[in-house]
Amino acid sequence: MNWVNIVLQGILLGGLYALFAVGLALVFGVMRMVNLAHGDLGILAAFIALALVQSAHLPLLWASLLTIALMFGIGYVLQRGLLNFTLGSDDTRPIVVTFGLSIIIQNGLLLGFSADSRGLDAGAIENASIHISNQLAIGWYPLLVFIAAVAVIAALQLFLNRTKLGRAFRATSDDREAAELMGIDNRHIYALAMAVALVTVSIGGIALAIRTTFDPSTGPFNLIFAFEAVIMGGMGSVWGTLLGGIVLGVAQVLGAQVFGAGWGILCGHAVFLLVLALRPSGFFARTVTT
Amino acid sequence: MSASPGLDAGDREAASKGPSIPAFRVARSKRMHVYVLIASVIIVGVLASVPLWSQLSTSSNLITLFELVVLAQMWNLLGGFAGLVSVGQQAYIGIGAYGLWLLADEFHVHPFIALAGAATLAALVALPIAPLLFRLRGGYFAIGTWVFAEIMRIIVSNIQATGGGSGTTIMSVASIPFKTRIHGTYWIGLAAAVGSILIVYFLLRSKIGLGLTAIRDNELAAQSSGVNLFRSKLIVFVIAAFGCGAMGAVLGLQLLFIQPASSFSVNWTAFAIFMVVIGGFGSIEGPLIGALIFFVLQQTLSQQGSTYVLLLGAIAVVMATVAPRGIWGWVVARWDLHLFPVRRGLVMESPPERAGPAAPSEAAAASDAS
Repeated sequence: MNWVNIVLQGILLGGLYALFAVGLALVFGVMRMVNLAHGDLGILAAFIALALVQSAHLPLLWASLLTIALMFGIGYVLQRGLLNFTLGSDDTRPIVVTFGLSIIIQNGLLLGFSADSRGLDAGAIENASIHISNQLAIGWYPLLVFIAAVAVIAALQLFLNRTKLGRAFRATSDDREAAELMGIDNRHIYALAMAVALVTVSIGGIALAIRTTFDPSTGPFNLIFAFEAVIMGGMGSVWGTLLGGIVLGVAQVLGAQVFGAGWGILCGHAVFLLVLALRPSGFFARTVTT
Repeated sequence: MSASPGLDAGDREAASKGPSIPAFRVARSKRMHVYVLIASVIIVGVLASVPLWSQLSTSSNLITLFELVVLAQMWNLLGGFAGLVSVGQQAYIGIGAYGLWLLADEFHVHPFIALAGAATLAALVALPIAPLLFRLRGGYFAIGTWVFAEIMRIIVSNIQATGGGSGTTIMSVASIPFKTRIHGTYWIGLAAAVGSILIVYFLLRSKIGLGLTAIRDNELAAQSSGVNLFRSKLIVFVIAAFGCGAMGAVLGLQLLFIQPASSFSVNWTAFAIFMVVIGGFGSIEGPLIGALIFFVLQQTLSQQGSTYVLLLGAIAVVMATVAPRGIWGWVVARWDLHLFPVRRGLVMESPPERAGPAAPSEAAAASDAS
């Protein structure tokens, strides 16, 4: 049994979780809203890509880029046309509405695509691996997903720190009213934040769809993993989601190895509860939320 | 607040001696509530007699309604009164159902008695998990409750003794004659439904209820006035777990067959949210109306499968966006009708000396109006 190999697999899996987590963290950071449909929106992206590949016979890369662009638009319209109206003094409304959205997406996909498990085929790269030693091999595809996660998070961090729009995001996050007084249109900023979040979760959804099979009920699991990564990483920290995702991925892969396949995900949950008990603000607590 | 509900006789006397403040007393019940009480007793009495004169299928269907009432009341207690929006109450429903199996089949407790034990088990499980979840807030608290439900589902699915993912039949319940089982479950279900309403009612009238209202209106102000936020939330969370556990056990009695995927299904949360959003948050009447509407919908539309659930989600989204106070909220706004006397109001004992437009009426001065 090669433990290094297993831990490495867990770390790479963490990259996938981070792709789901970073959008959740961004939306929460900018507008203090937790999108319970986040995981389902990622799976929706996977189904859109699948439909484009199967019906329009587009190559996977083009289908993915088109899907991501489409999800950007969906995110903007969804926030501007619906979710912005639920934000306000009452915390319960956005939770109820995004949960309802999650139900709608899941059952809509069930009607459109049935409950069958699907997969996206990326060709030979799915099984190619880098041979390091007899016991140690890294799959090209998981490595690419991890690199994509790092790239997405780095790009997001650069965007938030260096661009004018990123500054508006941070300003809105720090003090909504003051930002509004400075001429920032919060409704537009919120919609853009959701659009960017859906771009990241679409990359995650498509990456997941290539890696493994998916079906309409896969969304909530990804929401839960993303959530665990966000909380463990520390709310408000973009890089924290990567670390949270890695901790979760390693815990799941190790757990499955030690206790058997059925218990891996449970080990991830257990580690999450442990972190919540011992270090509730996460590894990289940045923003203090009240 | 010009008149706090805590005013004692001395304060009132002093207040009434003031030049412009008329005599008043703080009261919750009105004459109408006597009629409501009589009507409620009649309704419960009629419901209790249903198994004696109706067909078994009617009783069996009504058990589902009772379960829905419990679920809606418990979810609303959390989300509508304590601001604890949970999407993981299925954890306690599942614990209730599997607790019934554990106590009845493995420990040979009579199923009707094991039900109370199963509900207690759910409450006991909730007790240590609540402080952990309270570290999360708002939407993250919601997902946290979901994580716990998933944990329970995975554990139960992985244990061979419970039949794993394919579920198990509760043998001791199956051995009860059909008619006895349906009748017994019916009365227990009715008791659970009435009990859930009474628990919420008395909780709201208690000091905890007053504290919850204060927390809902302004958490910071409530805490600085001495409301123990943690304790109030904990009590509510454990009670909701107990109620959902009882509901899950009733479900086990009704269905005989339990399965992790359905007992721990997040659909229970979808149903609960639908009922409370339609009926109205933060009242006892709202979830009751929601449960009735959902029951009728389920009886007529549940054959539609995904379309039906999709429709529920869509209605919940539209209602929460357009009419967040629900049907009962609309009734209250229009007629100021409150069937359950949980709000405190001022009752004038003598007409004010100077009749002014600001003279407080019974309703307008309610200290805990929403």
